[in-house]
Amino acid sequence: MESRLPPQPLPDLIVCPQCDAAYKLTRPEHGERAVCARCHTALITPRSKAGLQIIAVSIAIVVLVIAATVFPFLTIKVAGTQNSVSILDAALAFSDGPLIALSLSTAALIIFIPLLRVLLALYVLIPVVLDRMPAKGSRKAFRLSEALRPWSMAEIFAIGCAVALVKITDLADVSFGPAFWMFAILVVLVVAQDNFMCRWTVWKSLDGLRKPERET
Amino acid sequence: MSDATIITAREMGVVGCRRCTQVWPQGTETCGRCGKRLQLRDHKSLQRVWAWWIVGMMCYIPANMYPMLRTRTLFTVQQDTIVGGAIELFTHGAPFVAAIILFASVVIPLGKFFAIAYLAISVQRRSVASFEQRHLLYEVVEYIGRWSMIDIFVVAILSSLVQLRTLAAIDPGPASLFFALSVIFTMLSAQSFDSRLIWDVQSRDKGEAQRGH
Repeated sequence: MESRLPPQPLPDLIVCPQCDAAYKLTRPEHGERAVCARCHTALITPRSKAGLQIIAVSIAIVVLVIAATVFPFLTIKVAGTQNSVSILDAALAFSDGPLIALSLSTAALIIFIPLLRVLLALYVLIPVVLDRMPAKGSRKAFRLSEALRPWSMAEIFAIGCAVALVKITDLADVSFGPAFWMFAILVVLVVAQDNFMCRWTVWKSLDGLRKPERET
Repeated sequence: MSDATIITAREMGVVGCRRCTQVWPQGTETCGRCGKRLQLRDHKSLQRVWAWWIVGMMCYIPANMYPMLRTRTLFTVQQDTIVGGAIELFTHGAPFVAAIILFASVVIPLGKFFAIAYLAISVQRRSVASFEQRHLLYEVVEYIGRWSMIDIFVVAILSSLVQLRTLAAIDPGPASLFFALSVIFTMLSAQSFDSRLIWDVQSRDKGEAQRGH
């Protein structure tokens, strides 16, 4: 980068990140998918109005996460004694000794990372959808959001819930709090939000940041 | 397979960004679009895969030996390991849940260890076993790895919910920490794997035929 001209990207090509096959780039129509012919990795998956849909779903997720975290999630009742917990309580169950690390990472996996990813998506996508210049640090934000993708585990927590419920229903009476239903909707929305998004299109639109430097 | 028509980025003298799929001339160091370091092949990939794999395996052993849950009722205290808890559930008439637990905490983790080891060894030995199947295996491993966390979340829910003072209490055991670490390390191991290496044998043969190199 220092002495020579900066390397120029080759915008007419696309390379499959999973198997290194190179293709001539043709943008699929909305609703179509460009798939690697060799390893079947989806490369480009544009949807019409995806941006707006993602923003709407993301805002709903933010509201639901906050509500689902503070309201009671489950209540257990045995012979007059009862205990109700929120999701945050569940995440922080491992609170003694070295298990505290596990508490913090559980809280991160089921609440904070999904929330952070949604906030990052909003930060990146709102200017893009409004046809503005991408916000400052957009690329860093999207990079972080992509790196955190495997670590967002809300849907796994939901299945864990189901298993835990079956385990204790014959031991005690369990009733669902409002947060339980919010979390159920939340999980569906988180998965939908992730599937609506075409990464290639987002990166492409963030490319606009660099336009003045290039001659295209 | 329609592989005869496929040209790899390496053969074309370009390199593709693994994060944003932008294509650059070979020798470019970082992707100008997303900032990822561009590597034609990640040659340290297998070292990292094995390193995380070994650490993951080391955590998986205590995860199965120590108790996962400590259940205290009025008169008894019971400590269950992962497998012990599943057997308990099975005999108490919840075979379906027992199957989920066994599947998520024993079958998936062990399967993952074998699958990652197989993929790494097959790449090291330049295996020509079906590229498509091995790639599929890799994708399954990457996708399914996170789901092993189910058991940790079950423990988290149970031990926060069942805190009924003298009546009954469930507390997490030390195995939970080791199990979570094992899942995290095997996820990192799978993520370190450069799946392009699977396909390289095929491409290299073709490249040698074309260039006599």
